[in-house]
Amino acid sequence: MSGIRVQREPFDPGAEINGFCARNATSGGIANFIGQMRDFRGPSRGEGEAVATMTLEHYPGMAERELADLVKDAKGRWTLDDVLVIHRVGLLTPGEAIVLVATASAHRGDALAACAFLMDWLKTKAPIWKKEATAGGATWVEARESDEAQAAKWTAIAPKG
Amino acid sequence: MTVLYFAWVKEKVGLSSESVSPPATVATVADLMDWLAARGAGHAGAFADRKLIKAAVDQVHVPHSTKIADAREVAFFPPVTGG
Repeated sequence: MSGIRVQREPFDPGAEINGFCARNATSGGIANFIGQMRDFRGPSRGEGEAVATMTLEHYPGMAERELADLVKDAKGRWTLDDVLVIHRVGLLTPGEAIVLVATASAHRGDALAACAFLMDWLKTKAPIWKKEATAGGATWVEARESDEAQAAKWTAIAPKG
Repeated sequence: MTVLYFAWVKEKVGLSSESVSPPATVATVADLMDWLAARGAGHAGAFADRKLIKAAVDQVHVPHSTKIADAREVAFFPPVTGG
């Protein structure tokens, strides 16, 4: 089982995780990651500058397909009962959840590893782009090489046989 | 074929998509970038530094050396920054 949503509407991560736990009552381990919009810029581009809003653009169709491929890859590597991926697009304000990844498995090991794998690869594969609006104007967020390196670490780990 | 642009590539080109019919000599994604860059100042600006441009053919990430003979949809965009 799995669910993938790319949506403009805000979502409540707590409610989503509660629902995910309820529908996977027989899974002993549930892992999740929530990425949320912060109200300041990080290092490498005007660190600390206030960010008022963020706009996320995506490639409709390909974004959903890339996420589905990553979920399929994760299910080939670990024993998972269920996976949920929700990604916002459109206009966001600080504090709103950008992304939620949740994984269900019999035990924590597979759930935690698959959740980290999905986040690492989502950041380098899903065709989604962030634009930050500050008092000085709106600028596109630049990709970080460290994200590529983080994702590449998983390629050394072979899928389960 | 349809060419799609996203993020700052779209802003520089000034279009989100366009329908194009490149000649047969335009064989690869890299060739298509050369050909598109000659269409105007916006296109030239967008494709000024190819290292910053990622491509997808029919919604699959591909290297610039990929052949486009059978492509229906080619997209150009910066490295992704979701998550």
